[in-house]
This record gives sequence, structure tokens and C-alpha cells, in this order.
Amino acid sequence: MTPGGTSGAPGVVVVTGVGRYLGAHVAARLAADPRIERVIGVDAPDSGIEFTDLLDRVERIRVDNGSLGGLLADLDVDAVVHLALVTSPDPQHGGRSGMKDQNVIGSMQMLAACQRAPRLRKLVVRSSTAAYGVSFRDPAVFTEETEPREVPRGGFGRDILDLEGYVRGFRRRRSDVTATVLRFAPFIGSTADTTLTRYFSQPFVPTVFGRDPRLQFLHFDDALEVLHRSIVEDHPGTYNVAGPGVLSLSQAIRRAGRVAVPVLEPGLSGAAALARTMGFGSYGLDQVDLFVHGRVVDTSRLEQEYGFTPRSTAEAFEDFIRAHHGGVVVTRGQLAAAEQLVLDGIRQVRSAIRERSS
Amino acid sequence: MSGPEEGRDPQSVGRFDVPQQVPAPDAEPARRNGHRPAAQAAPTPTEPPASITPPASTPTPTAPRASSASPTAKPADEVDAGLTGGTEPAVSDRPGDHWDRKVANGLAFLRRRLSGDYEVDEFGFDSELTDAVFHPLLRLLYRDWFRTEVSGVEHVPVDGPALVVGNHSGTVALDALILSAALHDKHPAHRYLRLLGADLVFRMPVVSELARKTGGTVACNPDAERLLGGGDLVGVFPEGFKGIGKLYADRYKLQRFGRGGFVSAALRTGTPIVPVAIVGGEEIYPMLADIKPLARLLKLPYFPVTPTFPLLGPLGMVPLPSKWLIEFCPPIPTAHLTDSADDPLVVFNLADQVRETIQQTLHTLLERRPDPFGP
Repeated sequence: MTPGGTSGAPGVVVVTGVGRYLGAHVAARLAADPRIERVIGVDAPDSGIEFTDLLDRVERIRVDNGSLGGLLADLDVDAVVHLALVTSPDPQHGGRSGMKDQNVIGSMQMLAACQRAPRLRKLVVRSSTAAYGVSFRDPAVFTEETEPREVPRGGFGRDILDLEGYVRGFRRRRSDVTATVLRFAPFIGSTADTTLTRYFSQPFVPTVFGRDPRLQFLHFDDALEVLHRSIVEDHPGTYNVAGPGVLSLSQAIRRAGRVAVPVLEPGLSGAAALARTMGFGSYGLDQVDLFVHGRVVDTSRLEQEYGFTPRSTAEAFEDFIRAHHGGVVVTRGQLAAAEQLVLDGIRQVRSAIRERSS
Repeated sequence: MSGPEEGRDPQSVGRFDVPQQVPAPDAEPARRNGHRPAAQAAPTPTEPPASITPPASTPTPTAPRASSASPTAKPADEVDAGLTGGTEPAVSDRPGDHWDRKVANGLAFLRRRLSGDYEVDEFGFDSELTDAVFHPLLRLLYRDWFRTEVSGVEHVPVDGPALVVGNHSGTVALDALILSAALHDKHPAHRYLRLLGADLVFRMPVVSELARKTGGTVACNPDAERLLGGGDLVGVFPEGFKGIGKLYADRYKLQRFGRGGFVSAALRTGTPIVPVAIVGGEEIYPMLADIKPLARLLKLPYFPVTPTFPLLGPLGMVPLPSKWLIEFCPPIPTAHLTDSADDPLVVFNLADQVRETIQQTLHTLLERRPDPFGP
């Protein structure tokens, strides 16, 4: 509990992006940990007042990113958890340019502030498996060493590549700080509300024709667990965080009892662009690319270093299905009943034929 | 990182003999009239007769049971059942336990597919779909259409990794699929061959997913080493498009083996290399000419002209029924060379050794097969 210098749980932790779902939950969880003295939630000044009940033990500060530098130094911050990332453009917050402001400029300012914070000894950055980019020559499974072969088309993927570049620079300049970069697979879970959970909640789910990408999900609670451990323990390095195992998109849609609607890829890209300009839906090229290429990562490094295995992709998805059974088109029970009906019908017909012929 | 397919027992031989886990109505019902012996009761000569011996003396009162079990069977279902059973009447007057189980298995398979109740490994390999759909189709092709003879299967290890390296031919890469299906059927452990394909395969919609679902992945060293590290059997055709896109005049002349990336993958994992020679693939679509401008226009590596394509249109897609011989050669161990994976001299020497082995085996096989379209 001695702040600074020693390993173990840090005294003062700053969490960015507490106005968002992940940030709020991480801050609340850290605040509930008795080993941590102070949890300070930092958020943009124009953010909403969501999650206030969750954050009652968290000191909230609303500043813009530019004035963060003095703040981190004044507060004697030991650790920073940088979670303020926007995964898809939000028309209410400036669309794509607002997203870039937040992801790239915001992260740069954050890292600059961290660099000037004398007592800082731990930095945890949320990244994404989108850091591997998309290419047809990609290996099937990405390890942490895999370099992206092509710069992704989607804004979020490009932002992530930039962000990781800045973190590499920060690591060089502040080698005394334990920097952890967590490349998260898409979150899913019973309560999380993300682009993907909204996607799978629809009764009819658009897919890319002729493509059945392999997907991995991470249960939201496991993401919290990994982030928490990154703060109270020392795990320098870059880690893939995903549920082991794979679901293909068609399989996931069938398990959720939804109906896939294959769309030709150029059409889908166009539709995504159209939906974006008309201001509803947040499917971008990031999603289209994910649904063409799929993305599977190797999590053995995480399992070794953290001694923790997230629940598998299939289990995480099962949890999501249980919570979102509203829009189910076909249930397993119905399929089983149909199977029984057809089988009985065939048996009846065949026995009738046999009786007639004998 | 063991793929989920390893737990699965690759035992299924019959066409719809998918692994059955569901307590589905499969054991039921032995409805035979009792006056025909079981041996005559199998009118399907193409089926392995191992699975058709029901308990002969069980006078199950199935007909009344079936009708009472579903009194709510709607007319639509009757029609549906009639449709599905439409292919059957030729045999359904024979005692039907075998067929009943087939229907039940087929329906259970369909339900599992529709509800997503199956496993896919991290490369996208779907062993259930491969067993139930792709291999039966390929079996027709390699067994009945190409009359393939396979020898030397004992050179493929029963367990543990191995890199199977073959010659490529035939304008479309049918030989890779035939090799994987034939190896799976003939090998005592019924191992799956995980093929490495060019990235062009994975660029094309539909084709890319077929490749992944049958166990293929992109030909790159990380994937090859990951598969070999997991103890899988990996199949690779180092000639690539140079092999399948060569003219008929150059048949059975092995092309360049590229940089020998397959050798370094084997060396890095200490995996034995099993060369395999495939004869017959060159005659299925004999490529007489290559229209290069058209290929460039369509962004293909070549545009083939065969005696039947594009002359006969889609009919030209039917492969000519050549006689196929596949021979696996003795494995070349590499475990002692693990340190030399980056040594170009070792890599090229080993690649040459593999290449010469395949070339010589091709010549001996060709002598055994004087007539390309013989019996």
C-alpha cells in the first residue's frame, strides 16, 4: 500500500473514460478493492451523467484532455488505466472526427501527461485485437508478435494502430513505468451493450455473402477481471485477451436463434456507409472487415502470465444469448420438435407403404 | 491449443453416419415383417454392411406406436415426410431398421447444424460437416470416378505431426481434395489432412469458407507451424500455381519448389516430411493453352483452355475420368536438423531431396499406368 516504488497494489489510480460502460465498471471495481486508496475517474467535460450510482465511491473529475498533465502530477498518481476509447463513430459526439479526437488525440495527450507524472509506475492501456489489421494473407491465429500486414480500412483499427505506436514510444521514454497493453476481443455478456451485442440482438442479422468469419468474444466480466489484475499485479507487456475457442459467425447466429441474411460485400460496405450518414446504426468498415476476415488470437501468453483463463468464446456467447432471448426466431426446442415430427411422419408413411405391399 | 476435432472420434464411414450424441430416436424401431433375413435386407451395394445388423428377433409393434405417437401430425408434415421419403420407396419395402436409422441420423444432423450445435476449431475446421458432406462427395469422385489406388499409407504416421508434400496438377486443385479424402479413408487412424492453400483461395468468397471448413488454411509459416505444433497432419503443394497451371505437354514435370518455406516449417517443428506422388491429376482437365490477357483481366494466375472448356461451357467443368494412383513415400525425418531451419543450404537440399523423391515416384507410377484412362 505504500504508494510509489514498490510493486503491489498502487495507492492512487486514475481511470479514464468513466463516462462509458467499461470505464465505469472498472472504476467501481477498483474502488471496491480495499488495497487501493483512491480511485479517480476522469472524463470529458461534455459527458453524460450515466453510471453515477455505480461511481459513488469514485472521485469524478471532468477535464478536457489538454489539462490532464498538471492533474496527474498534482494528484500523485501511481497508476493510470486508459480506457477512453470509442469503438464506433457516435453522431452525437462528432462522428468519426470526434472518435478520432478521443482515440488518437486524447490518447496522445494522456500519454504525454503520464510521461510528466513523476510518481507514475503503472500504465494499463485498453487496445483491441483490431491491432492485427485485416488481410487475406493473415495467419489464422494471431500471436502478440504478429505484425499487421495491411492497414485496416476501418477507423477504429487505424486508431488502435496509432495508439499502440504511441504506447511504444512511451515505453521507450519511461522504461520505469510498467506498461500493460491489453488487446481485447469484442466484448459480450449479459449486460454489456456494444455494437456486436446490438448486432446479434436483431432477429435478422446481415452477414457478408460467401464469408463465414471465425469470431472470438470476451465476456465482459472477464475483461474486468483482467483489467483489475493488471492494476493490482505487475504484468508488463502486450497481451491478447479473448475467450479461448472459436465460433463461426453462422454458428453464432444459429445458436442465438437468429436468421442470417447474406449480403454481397460491396453492398454491405455501401449500406454501412449509408446507415452511418443517415445517423442510425453504427456499423462501420471495421465491422464489415471483421465479418469478411474474422479474427482469432492466441491467448496462451495471457493464461501463463495472469494465471487466469477467460471463459470460452462459446460460454460467453451462451451467456449473452440467455440475456437476449427476446428476438429469437427459431428456438432449439422448435427445431427438435420439427425433427421429431418429420421423423414420425417418415416412419408413418413407410410403415403404411410396407403394410400395403405386404 | 488442441483443436476440438481431436476429441472427436473420426470413425464414421457411412454416408450419413455422423457421430450421434443426441438421445434421438435412432435405436428405435426394428420394424421388420420378420420374413426376410437380414443379409438380403440390404439392397444398397454401395454401403459398408457393417452397420446394418439390427436385433433380428424383435417384433416391435412400431407401426401402431408411430401412428399413436404423433396423432397431431399435420397434413403439411405428411407432405414433407412424403417428399423426404420420396427417394426411398425403392428400398422401403425391404425391412427398414438401417434406413430408419439413416433418416434419424440425417435429421439429427440437420437439427444440430441449424441450431449451431457443433464445434469449429481455431482454423475454422468443421470436422462434422467434413465427415457428413464433403468427404462423401469426394469419395464418389475419387473412388468411383477416378478409381484411385492408394499405396504406402503406412508411411503416414498414425499419430503426431507430419508434413505431406505432393505434386500439384490438374488446372483446378482437385488433387489436394482427393488426397485429403483418400488419406482420411485409407489411413488406419482416419486422419484429417490439413491443407495449406494459396491466399487467392482465401480471397474468393464461398471458396474460402469451403477451404476453411474442410480444414484448410492460408499457406504461411505461422499457420503451418501452429498446425504441426498441435500434432496435425499438414498437406502442402510447394509448386503452387506453377504446378496446377502448367500445360498438358509439361505433365508430370515437377515445377520449382519456391523458397522451400514448407521445409523450414518442418525443420522448426522437427516434423517428418512424407513425400507423396499423385498420378492422374494431370489428365482431368488437360490444359492445352493459357489465355494470358483474359487471365490478367480476371486477375487469375492463368486462364485454361482444355478440350472441353470453355468450348462446352459448364459441361467442360466435368473432369475427365483418368485413372489415379497415389503413393506415399517413406518419411524423411528432420528432428536432427531443428537448428538449421534458417540455413538456406539445408533448406534447399532438403527441398531438392523431397522434389527428386516425388519425381522418381511419379515415373515409376506412370510405368504402372500405361493407359491414363485405363480401368
